[in-house]
Amino acid sequence: MIISAAASAPPVIPNYGGPQGGTHGCIAQNGTFCWDWVKGHWGDILQPRLLEHLEMTAIAVGIGFAIAFAAALLAYRKRWFETPFGVFSAFLYTIPSLALFQLLVPFTGLTMLTIEIGLVGYTLLILFRNILAGLRGVPEDVLEAARGMGLTRRQMLFRVELPLAFPAISAGIRIAVVTTISLATVAAYITPLGLGQPIFNGLQTDFTTEFVATGALAVALAVGADSALVAAQWALTPWARARRTT
Amino acid sequence: MILGYDSFRPSTFVDAFRFMYDNQSLMWTKIVEHLVISGEAMGIALLIAIPLGVWLGHLHRGSFVAINLANIGRALPSLAVIAIGLGVFGIGTTNVVFALVILAFPLMLTNAYVGVDGVDPDAIEAARGMGMRPHQIVLKIELPLALPLIFAGIKTAAVYVVATATLGGVVGGGGLGDIIVNQASYFLKGVIAASIAVAVLAFAASFAFSLLQWAVTPRGLRRRGIEIIELDVSPGVAEAVAT
Repeated sequence: MIISAAASAPPVIPNYGGPQGGTHGCIAQNGTFCWDWVKGHWGDILQPRLLEHLEMTAIAVGIGFAIAFAAALLAYRKRWFETPFGVFSAFLYTIPSLALFQLLVPFTGLTMLTIEIGLVGYTLLILFRNILAGLRGVPEDVLEAARGMGLTRRQMLFRVELPLAFPAISAGIRIAVVTTISLATVAAYITPLGLGQPIFNGLQTDFTTEFVATGALAVALAVGADSALVAAQWALTPWARARRTT
Repeated sequence: MILGYDSFRPSTFVDAFRFMYDNQSLMWTKIVEHLVISGEAMGIALLIAIPLGVWLGHLHRGSFVAINLANIGRALPSLAVIAIGLGVFGIGTTNVVFALVILAFPLMLTNAYVGVDGVDPDAIEAARGMGMRPHQIVLKIELPLALPLIFAGIKTAAVYVVATATLGGVVGGGGLGDIIVNQASYFLKGVIAASIAVAVLAFAASFAFSLLQWAVTPRGLRRRGIEIIELDVSPGVAEAVAT
């Protein structure tokens, strides 16, 4: 089924049996979705991969945010910096993920570092543009008023500009998180980490339930994370709600 | 997943271009396959999303669905959708096209909806005053004025679809992904060559839709110049949800 170098591997089907596995019913017939397999392998396959996936995503978005935030602040203060960083991050964004991970392997090996470099690279464009758009979107009269009140630049940043830019920044984080969750499944092509691992494994062994169930879990994770971030954004911006109701 | 790894030298990039030159028939075959898969997905998504988005926008209804769908669609991991599609549709290009339609559809729908929904009510009022019928208002007023946003959605979708079609290689779906997942046969130079081809195709697809946009925009509404590429990662769509 899979067209790759590994197609010539012996037809061993790991993860086939297990606690609930064996040779009976759905699993033996390789049905599209066997609930027995999901129950039997939640503990040893699905849950650990899910946690790895969350960890990979959190690290990538965390580092990506730190870099993009610094870059956006610099571009906000010094306009000339916007174009070079924007072009650089857009360039990274256009590299196909399957290829980028492979290109990094000769430098950083089959490691978590390879995956994180790739994932961070993809978050930069999204976060940089959103943070910068948020900062630039602060109305000039508000800044004028803040200056008039005698706020220093640092006070203006933390008390005025960042709170007002928060909706745009959090929207960027949300897009970055779901994008990273998606790309992290592809990362398992290089290193057996995260929810992509059972997907690739299932594709190679032809065991349908493994890739269908893990795919469904990845979809659920992405939608769940997206919803959680919407809820967090709603809870953290009471002023936006107040404005809307009036 | 991959058996052997190529060493990487700066000259690998030169080798990549030599690879393209030496394997022209392979490259063209894969490029055509890639374009067919992407084209099918774009065609299906266009035929459903644009009329639906324009219609909902015209009625100013269903904003919750139209806008939230885009965010859910953006959230779905394409590889996971391909994996589920493989279980449902079996081997072939169907599962890849299915995943790409799911990727493209929400982007197009949301932009079409927001574009038509946001047309200046005064313009519609004036059209009604001139005695235009509802279908004339849609075709002659709302659609032309919404074209920039509609095409922004189409162009973004085109870039995403062409780039994501690469994942088809993982399930033997054909296209340039077949080369990218087969480093053992084509080496790193082949992977780079195919990646460059994917990036060029993505830009070309976006540019082709820019040309189409220019061609279908009435002369009075044409902006000067043609935008080569614009990736929609701005907070616009996501922010619209918050409201």
